[in-house]
Amino acid sequence: MTTSAPALPRPRRAEPLHRRLADPLFAVITYGLIAVAILVIVYPLYFIVIASISDPTLVQQGKVFLFPRGLTVDGYATIFGTSTIVRGFANSVLYTVVGTAISVTMILCGAYALARKDMPGRSLFMILFVVTMFFDGGMIARYLVVKELGMLDTMWAVVLPGAVGVWNLIIARTFFEQSISPELREAAQLDGASDFRFFFSIVLPLSKSLITLMAMIHIVANWNAFFDAMIYLSDESKYPLQLVLRNVLIQSQASTAGMDMASMESTAQAQKMGELLKYSMIVVSTVPLLIAFPFLQRHFVKGATLGALKS
Amino acid sequence: MPSTLTGSEPVASAGVDDDAPAPSPSPPPPHRPRAALLHRVLNAWQLYVLLAPALASLLVFKYWPMYGAQIAFRDYNPVDGFFWSPWVGLEHFRAFVTSFQFERLVANTLTINVVGLLVAFPVPIILALIVNQLPSERFKRLTQTILYAPSFISVVVVVGMIHLLFSPSSGMVNHAITLLGGEPIFFMGAPEWFRPLYIGSDVWQNAGFSMIIYLAALTAIDPSLHEAARMDGANRFQRIRHIDIPGILPVIVILFILAVGNIFNLGFEKVYLMQTDLNLPTSEVINTYVYKTGLQGAQFSYSAAIGLFNSVLNLALLVTFNQVAKKANQSSLW
Repeated sequence: MTTSAPALPRPRRAEPLHRRLADPLFAVITYGLIAVAILVIVYPLYFIVIASISDPTLVQQGKVFLFPRGLTVDGYATIFGTSTIVRGFANSVLYTVVGTAISVTMILCGAYALARKDMPGRSLFMILFVVTMFFDGGMIARYLVVKELGMLDTMWAVVLPGAVGVWNLIIARTFFEQSISPELREAAQLDGASDFRFFFSIVLPLSKSLITLMAMIHIVANWNAFFDAMIYLSDESKYPLQLVLRNVLIQSQASTAGMDMASMESTAQAQKMGELLKYSMIVVSTVPLLIAFPFLQRHFVKGATLGALKS
Repeated sequence: MPSTLTGSEPVASAGVDDDAPAPSPSPPPPHRPRAALLHRVLNAWQLYVLLAPALASLLVFKYWPMYGAQIAFRDYNPVDGFFWSPWVGLEHFRAFVTSFQFERLVANTLTINVVGLLVAFPVPIILALIVNQLPSERFKRLTQTILYAPSFISVVVVVGMIHLLFSPSSGMVNHAITLLGGEPIFFMGAPEWFRPLYIGSDVWQNAGFSMIIYLAALTAIDPSLHEAARMDGANRFQRIRHIDIPGILPVIVILFILAVGNIFNLGFEKVYLMQTDLNLPTSEVINTYVYKTGLQGAQFSYSAAIGLFNSVLNLALLVTFNQVAKKANQSSLW
């Protein structure tokens, strides 16, 4: 009966003006705000891309704003010819692959065990994990522990300390609790499957969406991480891309900013080239994730909502 | 501990009963609870193996540092280690509280985070309410995708972009300012511009991602409520005000408490990256100071004490807000 109601013509009543205008006004505000938001997000990114392929002199003079001008690929050519950047890229790939594999394995296994209500001590373990969300030993003590373990200046210092995020563990545990029914396990047990067997041959194949989500989260986090590397690594040949980026993008900027007004021809030239290089580096470091982005987004939406709404 | 174990008793004993008839020479049914527990623990050994790596990582990288945090009360030296270094009590805390840095650090930390929270928190809610009104499903999804694309960009790149786009001589923003007849501003060298830039770029990067959570909560609202309201002549403003906002209020409260709980920790990496020698008067916060004195200056105990001070403040704030929210709204973290 309610389904037929909207199809009826709306009764025409004399409504006060401000109420009749409310909805059109609302539409204007809505689309206006969304347009502004999209512009604010997209334009800086677009500008970086066109600046990375434009003549740096024109960019500096502010003559590039809608389309690239004076096309050049010098920035990209320089990047791929610079060994620190290429090595940083390779290191980042290595840390991302290893770090993601370790994190995902530990989280999936641990979360499954914690999702099993028949594991004695389950609540105690859960408390142990949750406590660390509120208490933290602090950066200094963690550094000293990593040092004590002899991990300073190795890949393990970047990959291991943050491997198990409690938040992700809870997301995974929630997923297992909701999607793997106890009946399924009992049936498998009657057929003689051990816990290992059940987990690896039945639970994991049923959890592809969770595995993808966890992999995505960790790929993005590992690729973008720089802080642990900054603290624990001093050997420049082990720097991940983000740390190389930081040295080029931020530290050199802070020092050149002071001599912006210097009129030396060569400094000016070097600075222009430097800026072109920076625009290109931003593009190169961000593109791998942004290309993967359309494929990732479905999973991220799921993860964000699973994590936040469930608790 | 015993109470936590009995919590899982009913499910577990059901499992044991199922197992019992299967092997013919099965042990006699356990009468004593202790033997039953042992039996269940042994039965679950494979689960413990699965849990072990995560648990080990937790103990090594979370609990060991927590134990190590006691160096805040000691004069740490590497030879004596965490436990045997000489005890000095609250000496480091006293030194910090009476140091000339103290007031500025606490004030900067509180200001950047409280103002940041107040400014940044409502933005994703407003975005979600607006995007939720879009009639076309495809346009809605496209908007959503665009708005949260920046959350995939690393902090380093975002700060690098700020440096480039806000550069005094060559940045896009200053070109726009001069075009409009203004004087170029040296944004990254001005203490008064640090907070607007920090908070603004934070909103730019993260609002879209938080928006998704609210959007999901909005889609969970029963559509018949909106239909009924529309029949009664409620316009969009009224429906947002009386249906949408109350519908997502529990999520808002939870996320707000979580944000408050993180108030002293969030964005420390970005603050550090955005620091220049010139904007330090507003950009030096407790955590960046800990990093500089502790790891760069090797004053481990002193900086650990400052870090601990920070965590305690943080926890106190979280508990207080949770208590308030519990009273006011019946929704809380625990």
